[in-house]
Amino acid sequence: MIGYAVRRLIVAIPTLLIIIALAFFMMRIAPGGPFDQERSLPAQIEQNLRAAYHLDEPVWQQFGRYLGGLLRGDFGPSFKYRDFSVTELIAAGFPVSLQIGAAAILFAVLVGGGLGALAAVHQNRTPDHAAMAVATVGLALPNFVVAPLLTLCLGVYLDLLPVGGWGSPAQAVLPIATLALPQIATIARLARAGLVEVLRADYIRTARAKGLPGWRVLARHALYPAVVPVVSYLGPAIAAVITGSVVVETIFGIPGVGRYFVQGALNRDYTLVMGVVVLYAGLIIALNLVVDLVYGWLDPRVRYD
Amino acid sequence: MTEADARPALPAAPAGRSLLATAWRRLARNRAAVAALGTLAVIATACVVGPLVSPYRIDQVFWDRIGFDNAPSAAHWFGNDPNGRDLMVRVLFGGQISLMVGLTATLVALVIGVGYGATAGFLGGRVDSVMMRTVDILYSLPFTFFVILLMVYFGRNIILIFVAIGAVEWLDMARIVRGQTLSIKRRDFIEAARAAGATTGAIIRRHVIPNSLGPVIVYMTLTVPRVILLESFLSFLGLGVQEPMTSWGGLIAEGAREMETAPWLLVWPAAFLSTTLFALNFLGDGIRDALDPRDR
Repeated sequence: MIGYAVRRLIVAIPTLLIIIALAFFMMRIAPGGPFDQERSLPAQIEQNLRAAYHLDEPVWQQFGRYLGGLLRGDFGPSFKYRDFSVTELIAAGFPVSLQIGAAAILFAVLVGGGLGALAAVHQNRTPDHAAMAVATVGLALPNFVVAPLLTLCLGVYLDLLPVGGWGSPAQAVLPIATLALPQIATIARLARAGLVEVLRADYIRTARAKGLPGWRVLARHALYPAVVPVVSYLGPAIAAVITGSVVVETIFGIPGVGRYFVQGALNRDYTLVMGVVVLYAGLIIALNLVVDLVYGWLDPRVRYD
Repeated sequence: MTEADARPALPAAPAGRSLLATAWRRLARNRAAVAALGTLAVIATACVVGPLVSPYRIDQVFWDRIGFDNAPSAAHWFGNDPNGRDLMVRVLFGGQISLMVGLTATLVALVIGVGYGATAGFLGGRVDSVMMRTVDILYSLPFTFFVILLMVYFGRNIILIFVAIGAVEWLDMARIVRGQTLSIKRRDFIEAARAAGATTGAIIRRHVIPNSLGPVIVYMTLTVPRVILLESFLSFLGLGVQEPMTSWGGLIAEGAREMETAPWLLVWPAAFLSTTLFALNFLGDGIRDALDPRDR
């Protein structure tokens, strides 16, 4: 397993390098420089600006400088927020994004797993159909539709929850629910499918035959093997939550990395956008690796070769 | 699957029920899928015909309906947007864009994915492992962010949206087609074609690809809603199609900003997008069941 982890890391590092290189060189061939939108500057000032941002060096040297900076945790200066570095902006937003994302994943696993178990135990009866209907809705509706509609119903008409902002627990409810909904749907489906299959297995019949009560059969024997496939979905789920956080943070006005990303994209703040892409790519690759290793540890049938 | 296709030398193959005819009959018995197909037909027709027969243009401003007096009325069924433009014609026109992106980008994904997957699977060996390892690496990239990056660098261009989204969505297609190809290439009729002197390219084009179409069609119907979703996501963030053109995602973003005073601006485009996505998902499920009865 250690060998597997090392091999995965050996693949992960070039992957990350490819991402960084793609993002960096695409930026270089993009039309227009970062100072183009403003009224034209005197030649001397423009030259000084370019020198200050090292834009006058050969591209390879600039790429090397950027990579070296990344190793030290320095994402370079922001081209639009002149007083901040990209690292400062990310450091300001990341704790907020992390809280929302982690809460959404946790919420999705608990609710989705619960719904799936409920559906599997009552297979082909009303609770099953109801749970799967909820799951279908959660899958088909995109978060940028769910978020405004939830806000409209719960925030504006019923006035139960604040419609935006960040700071109080009540303000976190709608964003987390929106972010978790599609993951709840998928996890519920996976958990149901896993549990339905396990419940048909011989050892479950044996457990029932020796007179264990239904809930104990479920908790002691059926739940664990049924939950394992859900773990393997956590990698994609994390990636989806990170993508979704961009929308959710924009809609609810949450000062996280995702909102900086969108603002940076609209402002054409190249370095900020690139920094966030690199950060998220690294995060997704690392978390996928962790999830795969945990999966192998949970399920002894998985072999790494 | 359709092995009948692969024996051109036989005179007049006995008339049997073709795969597609059987699948079509099974689909017609699936009520949810038929309803979905009908709904889609209605929405698509409305989106294509609506803007043509509507008395309003998408960028026509009604000065007396800017601001508070823009609720749905007899003249403007869906109401007017904050700039005084007729919402109905904008929603229908936005639907044209969304559906067009859905179809075109799926086609781009189809062409790349099928070509790539069939080549990798058929050539096998080292070429295959290099090609599929590349796909594995691409899989782990956060592609949504890359599409956004492309939009930021190269401006918001509708052609670029088609290509970028298509280029993102071909990975699954390539995997599916490769798997199909691996199982098809060991069949006798491939051996026969090779013995008859067919070139590798011809075998891939004439025999491998047509025989792997079933799962590809299924996957395609499931790709269309995903592509529509991705485009709407970009437009919602303000990175998709540009004014005065619009798409459902862009309209939802506009509506979300005004929802406290003018909820219809949000409700109409959201209803159209959700209905379309639901219908596409049901249709995709129906087609899957129709083509692959074992799956039931």
